[in-house]
Amino acid sequence: MPETPEHSAVAERLYRTLRLIRVVEEEVARVYPTDVIKSPVHLSIGQEFIAAGVCDALEPRDHVSITYRGHAAYIAKGGDLNAMIAEMYGKKAGCCQGRGGSMHLVDSRAGVIGASAVVGTSIPVATGFALAAKRQRTGGVVVCFIGDGATEEGCFAESLNFAALHKLPILFVCENNGYAIHEPLAKRWATDRLCDRVATYGIPTRRIEDGDTVTVRDAALEAVAAMRDGGGPAFLEILCYRWREHVGPNEDFDQGYRSADEKTPWAARDEVARLAALLPPDHVAAIESEIAATVAAAFAFAEASPFPVPEDLYDHVYA
Amino acid sequence: MTTSTPESASGSRLLRYVDALREAFAQEMERDESVFVFGLDVDDHKSIQGSTAGLLKQFGPERVFTTPLSEDAMTGVAIGAAMAGMRPVHVHIRMDFLLLCMNQLVNIAAKARYMYGGTVKVPLVVRSMVGKSWGQGAQHSQGLHSMFMHVPGLKVVAPSNAHDAKGCMIAAIRDDNPVIVMEHRLLYPTEAYVPETPYAVLPGKARVVAPGGDVTLVGISNMVVECLRARELLSEIGISAEVIDPIWLSPLDIDTIVESARRTRRLVVADNGWTACGAGAEIVAAVLERLGPEGGIAVKRIGFAPTTCPPSPTLEAAFYPNPGTVAAAVHALVRPRDVAWTPDPERTKLAHQVQFRGPF
Repeated sequence: MPETPEHSAVAERLYRTLRLIRVVEEEVARVYPTDVIKSPVHLSIGQEFIAAGVCDALEPRDHVSITYRGHAAYIAKGGDLNAMIAEMYGKKAGCCQGRGGSMHLVDSRAGVIGASAVVGTSIPVATGFALAAKRQRTGGVVVCFIGDGATEEGCFAESLNFAALHKLPILFVCENNGYAIHEPLAKRWATDRLCDRVATYGIPTRRIEDGDTVTVRDAALEAVAAMRDGGGPAFLEILCYRWREHVGPNEDFDQGYRSADEKTPWAARDEVARLAALLPPDHVAAIESEIAATVAAAFAFAEASPFPVPEDLYDHVYA
Repeated sequence: MTTSTPESASGSRLLRYVDALREAFAQEMERDESVFVFGLDVDDHKSIQGSTAGLLKQFGPERVFTTPLSEDAMTGVAIGAAMAGMRPVHVHIRMDFLLLCMNQLVNIAAKARYMYGGTVKVPLVVRSMVGKSWGQGAQHSQGLHSMFMHVPGLKVVAPSNAHDAKGCMIAAIRDDNPVIVMEHRLLYPTEAYVPETPYAVLPGKARVVAPGGDVTLVGISNMVVECLRARELLSEIGISAEVIDPIWLSPLDIDTIVESARRTRRLVVADNGWTACGAGAEIVAAVLERLGPEGGIAVKRIGFAPTTCPPSPTLEAAFYPNPGTVAAAVHALVRPRDVAWTPDPERTKLAHQVQFRGPF
């Protein structure tokens, strides 16, 4: 990235998002053993660069559909952090009033479509948001984040076909971390030509292997611009690596299903550290203290917030 | 908007069930631009037995369009569009196909409002038609309403006549929750007085269709018509049956049924589905719970035979309940010490079913 004021501003913005996500999730991991978060957590540590890069290309009128490993995209799209942590604590002030937990984050005001804990299920729902955006002529686009496992569900193929058929403004972003829970791609995919599969629907595709936040951002900007011009859906497959266990706060390289060597190249080019090195140290320090205060405030808010009362159980069954 | 009943309907004319449905869509689409109708074949020359006829011409292909054969994803698309502020009507020409939609309907549509803390709503209508006769067979005949009644967050309605078909559909389209509509193919040609102006038959109100004192006979969907014929046959032997149409199965107006059963001391539910864990089981259990210690009423569930639906006419006739089997079951309940009685089979046939010549 050339050293221009504009690019510095972008780098600083991307870094701020990346660092915020990382600090939030590390704090989640830190407090998790105390059992204040009574909810399964699926950390995106190591994969944050995708959400940070893609969401930097979006506007407030746009929507993102996130997965149960969705903390990164929720934060990157501007989801309310206090409401997110309060939700994980099961509090009434949570984004779902304690009815969702970590796997069902939502923030309608920020354009975060509610997440599903059933893999792939959010894909057609996101496609429906794109249909509405087109019919209502909002000018908005939808980004549908999925993992590699979701591409194996039938509704993935069904949604690609429908989105392409109706030229819907939706960008499918596959965070390919190589594992569905503990099962590697080699045990699940007949071939790894995912982009080829998607391309048969007439959808432009791109595979990003370099793990670079700016590469991701530029690809998203290009795809979003084409979609706003009526170009129809696009697809990004972005290779990444899950540093922690499938669910929970820990590493799991001692479990035997994958080797720590796999993580080494990804850790060596950790985007959080890499972007920090591009910025003036005093900026990094200022961002650090700002984020530390923001995150501490969010956890304090969650801690201090009241739980729902039992009588709340029956709220919102019907509208 | 207050709920409409056939008796209260002014400015009415006789209209077929299928045309009443079509009128509901046309009027609601005219009123509200966010309403759209989609599903396989809604825009073709047969237009779902005529129930979507003319809508494409009137409202254009953005609001009336077919889909790929992708029921799972199309249900999700409808849910997403509904959350984003539209009012989709998703059409399935057979209820059996809803089994392809279960993940989206049960895991998202039913739960979204609750799971997302009241921040979203899903104003979705899912139309599905139950087939019967002419060899519909195992996978074109199932009444699966009880599966949906089981799930909090869904509403379920089964209109039995043209008046309710229009009024329930309008109520469903205006409802802010997902509504599963169970239509019945054999009811499509049946006529009732239907007001020209829009009206709603609202959730949560059953209707006493015909009064009686000896037994409460609850019919679901087309079984309302069959129960009314059974009531006529029973009256010839001096048994007076009160026929109730729940109309909306979820939310269910149990009060009206309890009030009747408390008086008649006998409750029979004739369902358009299997009896095990079915709507009849739910209604019987809810009534007995409500009656509590004063209970002690005689109850009976009637429904499909506990088999898969066979297409051969002789087997099919044995599979379905009919006015004769309903009347016989009621007689056995009311006069348990009498010898069994069954009406003349020729007199149990229903004109609209005898006249039906298909195809579906």
